[in-house]
Parts: sequence; structure tokens; C-alpha cells
Amino acid sequence: MSSPKSLPTLRARGAPLASSEAQRALLRSLPIAREFDDALGSPLRAARIDVMQINVGKLCNQTCRHCHVDAGPDRREVMSRETMQLCLDALARTDIPTVDITGGAPELTPHFRWLVEQVRALGRHVIDRCNLTILETPTHRDLPEFFAQHRVEVVCSLPHYARLSTDRQRGDGVHERSIRALRRLNEVGYGDGRSGLRLVLVTNPVGAFLPGAQASLEAEWKREMKQRHDVSFDALYTITNMPISRYLEWLESSGNLKRYLDALVAAFNPAAARGVMCRSTISIGWDGTLYDCDFNQMLEMPVHASAPRHVRDFDRAALEARTIEIDRHCFGCTAGAGSSCGGATT
Amino acid sequence: MHRPHYYDEHDLGRFGEVGENAPELAKKFFDWYGAVFADGALSAREKSLIALAVAHAVQCPYCIDAYSKDALEKGSDLDQMTEAVHVAAAIRGGASLVHGVQMRNKANGISM
Repeated sequence: MSSPKSLPTLRARGAPLASSEAQRALLRSLPIAREFDDALGSPLRAARIDVMQINVGKLCNQTCRHCHVDAGPDRREVMSRETMQLCLDALARTDIPTVDITGGAPELTPHFRWLVEQVRALGRHVIDRCNLTILETPTHRDLPEFFAQHRVEVVCSLPHYARLSTDRQRGDGVHERSIRALRRLNEVGYGDGRSGLRLVLVTNPVGAFLPGAQASLEAEWKREMKQRHDVSFDALYTITNMPISRYLEWLESSGNLKRYLDALVAAFNPAAARGVMCRSTISIGWDGTLYDCDFNQMLEMPVHASAPRHVRDFDRAALEARTIEIDRHCFGCTAGAGSSCGGATT
Repeated sequence: MHRPHYYDEHDLGRFGEVGENAPELAKKFFDWYGAVFADGALSAREKSLIALAVAHAVQCPYCIDAYSKDALEKGSDLDQMTEAVHVAAAIRGGASLVHGVQMRNKANGISM
């Protein structure tokens, strides 16, 4: 395997798969045993909205090889303060308990801290999807203290507790910087199990295979992270890589695409399908468009036309009655133990 | 049917066919096999690494394919997997070498 180097985004390279239509067409071109709607047997319907996930943009300080957002330093799509205010207005009209802020590196969005403060002022729980290395940049070194002050749950990406696998996926030096950032989060009280400052690690496979059993891996990760790096955390989420964007490009170029999609289809789990996150989440894009999940967002598949499609028209009842938009990539969330932003679903 | 090689990776997916002529025996095997690899006193990940090492010792290409993937899926990395292969290699090498004592016994027994 080659040494990991930082890749430009699909967009910056003008790669064919920079287009969401091209991604969906590539997935649809493959012969598979059955379609997702056949596997489900009946339409997938929303159940409720427990989580408002806000993707504040595609700007990121990393260009991970598997990124489903095609995020990177060259991306300029970030949520304006006006659109954030629309999200807050919608939130204030509901009792949705949790706001899950993601990106890109969400912290790079100019009004990120203001958004966190406003959501907390509404009394809602905030999750920040953090790539860790952002905490090492000079302008963001105080984020651990900011997170602790606002009781933000920090959900961090780390492919493996060993250096090699992490750097292979996320770039040279990312592991070392991530460990330093985790230690700083520990220093302000995160992950000690008593402070209530919740620190979650997210692992996803470094390659064309499914993640392992979450509970079993969590016990080992807690032991290894403590022994190897003196880092503590509260929970480990395992997430299946979704065959879209840069990971889709890698699957195709490495000759793994058909085999991986077949593995996802073969591992379809009806119990996982019942617990998929889109049934209890609404995903908001940087421009305010509403989606069933972050993956549909990247494939530019907005919510069903029967529901409002922009946050300015947010109607919780209509959104909770919606049918979820599906396509072949949805096999990624329903394989094995299931996969969601909260880890395994079964 | 033309088969260019003795081993064909697609045959791994047909493993279950071995039960077609002895279903009860196959069921006993696969039930036992599944139980062996479940979390127990050893974790499923540790058992997967043992299986990977044994796969190299018995030189089974199907098993190497299956347990390379399985070990990764269970959270092992290439460093750990490589060490497991070295364990298998050390036992194989040591097993040959320790028979050198038998060789010496025999040689000494029949030598003047």
C-alpha cells in the first residue's frame, strides 16, 4: 500500500465523481442481487425528529481519503448566520432535544461558536462532530475550554488507536495530532465518566470491509487508548463507510466497488433498517435545504416533495409524516449491526 | 468444466455446499465453528488473529483470505496481523528445528 498523502478534493481535481449524479449513476450501473426497496419490503417512513443535524459546510482542514462530503481546505460552502438563525427559529418552535453539528470541520465555519451558544441558550443538547486536528490549529486551541463551558458533547473521528491505520486514511501526522487533542479534551474533564462532559470516538474501517462489533471493540479501544496514549473516552461508535464521494472513488479505483456493494447487500439486516437514523433525524444543509440524512445531503437528494424542503418552511408534523428517500447507498446503513451517526443501530 | 487453478477464490463463498451430502454433519460443524469464534474467555478479535495465524500454518488460501478480512473487520491492524503471521512462522520453524534433536538422537544412535 502506498504512503498516505493528502488528496485534493474531487471538486478541486474536476473528477467525474464530483457530481452527485455521476455517483448515483455509478452505483446504479452495478448488477446487484436486489434493490433496497425490495429488501425493505415497504416504504421507509420517518418516525419522529429527535435530532436536528446541521451540516454547516464543506470547509475542512483535512482531506481524508474516505470523506463522504468531499470536504477540504478548498471548499467554500459554509452556512451563513442568516441560515443559522432560520435553524434556530425552527428549533425554538419545537422541543427537538438535540442539535448535531457537523461539516467539514464545523468549527471552521465563521459563526460556529455563536450557533453553539444560541442552541445552548434554547436549552438543547449540542453534539459537535470534531476531526480533532482542528483543535491543534492556533485559532482553535481554546475549543476544549469552549466545549466544556457549553457542555458540548464531542464526537471525534479516529479510525484506529494505532498510528498506521489512522494516517493511511486521514493523512500523515493526523494520528499524533489527534492524540494530543484528545489529551487536551481529557485535561478539561472530557471522558472521565464523572464530569458529564461526554467524549465519543468514532471508528470507521480503513478499507473495503465492514466495521466490527461495537461493544467488543469499545472495550478493547478503552484499554488500548489508555495503555498506549493515556487517553480516556466514554463510548466508541462504529460506522460503516458509505459508498459515495471520495470513498466511492477509492472503491472504484482499487477494484473493490462491486465486492463492497455486494457485501453491503448480502449483510442487509431488517433490524438495522428499523433503527436507521433518518427515521429520527432531520439533516440541514449549509444552504438550509432539508434532507433525510447527511448521505442523502451529499447525493443532493432532498426530503420527499410532500414535506417542506427548506428550513425556513420547517414544519415538524409534515416532516415526521414524510417518506424517506432511498437509493442503493442506503445498504450502507442497514448492513450487519447497522450504522448511524450514533454508531451501530442494533 | 475448465478450472485453471486448483484454488478459486469464489469457492470460499460456496463453503456451505460441503453440507449437501452430509447435512447433519455439516450442521454440527458450522454450529460448533460459530460457537468457537464467539466472544468468550478470548475476544472474537483475538480468536480471529489466532485463526489468521493458523491459516498460514496450514497454508489454506481460503482461510487466509477470510481471516485477513475478518481480522480487519474485528478491528485489528496490519501490524497486529503481521505479528500473528510471525507467530505461526516461528512455530513452524521451531517445529522443524526441534526435530533436529530427534535427528541427533538417531544419528548418534547409529554412529560410531
